[in-house]
Amino acid sequence: MPLFSETGSATILEPLPFAEWQQRPAWPAVSLANTDPVEDLAPHVGRLRLIVLSFPKFSDGRAYSQARLLRGRLGYAGELRATGGVLQDQLPFMLRCGFDSFESDQKGFGEALAKARTLFSVVYQPAEDDRAPASLLRLSRHKVLSPRA
Amino acid sequence: MPDTHFYRPTHFYQYDDYDRTLVSERVEQFRDQVRRRIAGELTEEQFKPLRLTNGLYLQLHAYMLRIAIPYGTLSSRQLRKLADISRKYDRGYGHFTTRQNLQLNWIKLEDAPDALAALAEVDMHAMQTSGNCIRNVTADHYAGAAIDEIEDPRIWCEIVRQWSTLHPEFSFLPRKFKIAITGSPNDRAAVRVHDIGLRLWANEAGDVGFEVIVGGGLGRTPMIGKTLREFLPRDELLAYLEATLRVYNRYGRRDNLYKARIKILVHEIGAEKMREEVEAEYAAIKDGALKLPAETIEAIARQFAPPPLPHRPAVVAEVEGLKLDDREFALWLKSNVAPHRMAGYRIVTASLKPAGAPPGDASAVQMEGVADIADAYSQGEIRVSHEQNLILPHVAVEDLPAVWRALGRLGFAEANVGKITDIIACPGLDYCALANARSIPVAQRISNHFAELARQHDIGDLKIKISGCINACGHHHVGHIGILGVDKNGVELYQLSLGGDVDFGKTAIGAILGPAVTADKVVEAVDAMVATYLDNRGDGERFVDTYRRIGAQPFKERVYAAV
Repeated sequence: MPLFSETGSATILEPLPFAEWQQRPAWPAVSLANTDPVEDLAPHVGRLRLIVLSFPKFSDGRAYSQARLLRGRLGYAGELRATGGVLQDQLPFMLRCGFDSFESDQKGFGEALAKARTLFSVVYQPAEDDRAPASLLRLSRHKVLSPRA
Repeated sequence: MPDTHFYRPTHFYQYDDYDRTLVSERVEQFRDQVRRRIAGELTEEQFKPLRLTNGLYLQLHAYMLRIAIPYGTLSSRQLRKLADISRKYDRGYGHFTTRQNLQLNWIKLEDAPDALAALAEVDMHAMQTSGNCIRNVTADHYAGAAIDEIEDPRIWCEIVRQWSTLHPEFSFLPRKFKIAITGSPNDRAAVRVHDIGLRLWANEAGDVGFEVIVGGGLGRTPMIGKTLREFLPRDELLAYLEATLRVYNRYGRRDNLYKARIKILVHEIGAEKMREEVEAEYAAIKDGALKLPAETIEAIARQFAPPPLPHRPAVVAEVEGLKLDDREFALWLKSNVAPHRMAGYRIVTASLKPAGAPPGDASAVQMEGVADIADAYSQGEIRVSHEQNLILPHVAVEDLPAVWRALGRLGFAEANVGKITDIIACPGLDYCALANARSIPVAQRISNHFAELARQHDIGDLKIKISGCINACGHHHVGHIGILGVDKNGVELYQLSLGGDVDFGKTAIGAILGPAVTADKVVEAVDAMVATYLDNRGDGERFVDTYRRIGAQPFKERVYAAV
């Protein structure tokens, strides 16, 4: 399956399935099912360099929550890869949830990835990509315009 | 139709450049997706969730476009544009739905991006009106005008609309997700039968917060929602919603389409466990980026500031005179006109249920007519109710005769709001790919049979709700009389239920009366139920009150003797 990464530097480490990795938690790459408890990775996130999350079907969105928890709550900073039902139209959502590499055999996926961050110049909610939601931008604009701010 | 319309400030949320940019970028994204679908680069399976989250269904005969009307609020300009779009891209009419949306039933796939671009011109969209995501948020249709209101729920609907739009984490949920908000103790938004229902109320200290009700719903498995939180501070709303949705996204069932709604999760793990999970998640995020700054809430609340209504007389001789002279006007005042928070004003309901018509349908000409009336008499504002009527929220008492006559010319002045012919019905087998049976012809037959207004008013408040299949878009579970179309070996039959309700505190799921009846017997059955009520009712008792007091048996005996 072709592998895409925004930075072009996806790791070649072989991820272990979660159950196996639990036996060898020193290994820096793990692959989770979308029902595996991401919270269990908490003591290890500093060491991990690759976490692979799975979309059994593109319509099964559990891994979006796993991704946000890994990035936002556990502070995982390594590569976060999406595998399975990964289609270009999900990219704006996946990027916002913190994914940065993708396995996909969809034609045109690479071109779509290059454009995915520019499809929407406005976002409405905070996520894991550090983009300021419209509500926050409105506040700072208001403060700039307000003479007493 | 006048071709110029004077500028009128609106009194609900207006898009700024952020909102407009997002909506137009979404249209362009969809335009590209449609192009790829037509070019064969996307399979129908891959395209389906993309078109659904842009409001486009594939129905029996054509594509159907479901347009979001957030919290049911429209300006006259927006309503004129909807008329325009229905003429240009459809057959010149539309269908207002039980979720305060508008459906156009004859859209061509290749036209859909242009129709969405036309909507964007008036700051509207069709995002998330379908698909397994957070749907258009609904509200009390009297919001901002109701006499019993604690706070305008639309402020919070708009905050939720923005947060939920293109939410990256919650766009592929186990199933659809519907949120409704009411700001009044008298619930007109059916908050106990939504995935999440929110009720604003003031506690003893005078603080206003939300009761958070989770896991209600109709459909195949009707359930009344459980209160997860008695009182949630308003500025923590989004954190609590995000926590609830995250628990649902992670743990909601995905193995069976019919068990995938949040109500099943709540039912299976229990309200206690659900509360624990949500509260734990909420505790982890409540002081984070989702906490709403007071300035943000105020900025949105300001846009919903009530229109400055000039003083108008509370008692008007002409109105009193007409009431005595014209019985239809007197009946209309009783059923279609509700108190307003300001003396001298009323809330008027335009009935989209004239005798024999498909409930909720309006032609382009009728939409433009209502827009003109709103401009002349209701601050240019219109609401869509979940009972499929249109509301003029700010009408002066003095103007009631003129509004009544003008609505009459459009066929929307039937004095039947809340009465037996104010029927809720889904599109049914005439349009819908899911339906087992027709709904609209059944509604039309009942409507014709009970057309006589004096009789309707004698029968009093009686809500009939009709669904063409178990998905319950016509809310039959909560009808005083519920009618459900079922298919038995290729024959359309109708199952009758009694005693449903959505009034706050009394939300109830109706009980099935007995064997289903054929389409030509539905009217006789309803007639027998009404006769049972009339023979047994006590002083001031509504149909549903009598049913509750005497039980199903007398109704059952009479119905099955008649059919």
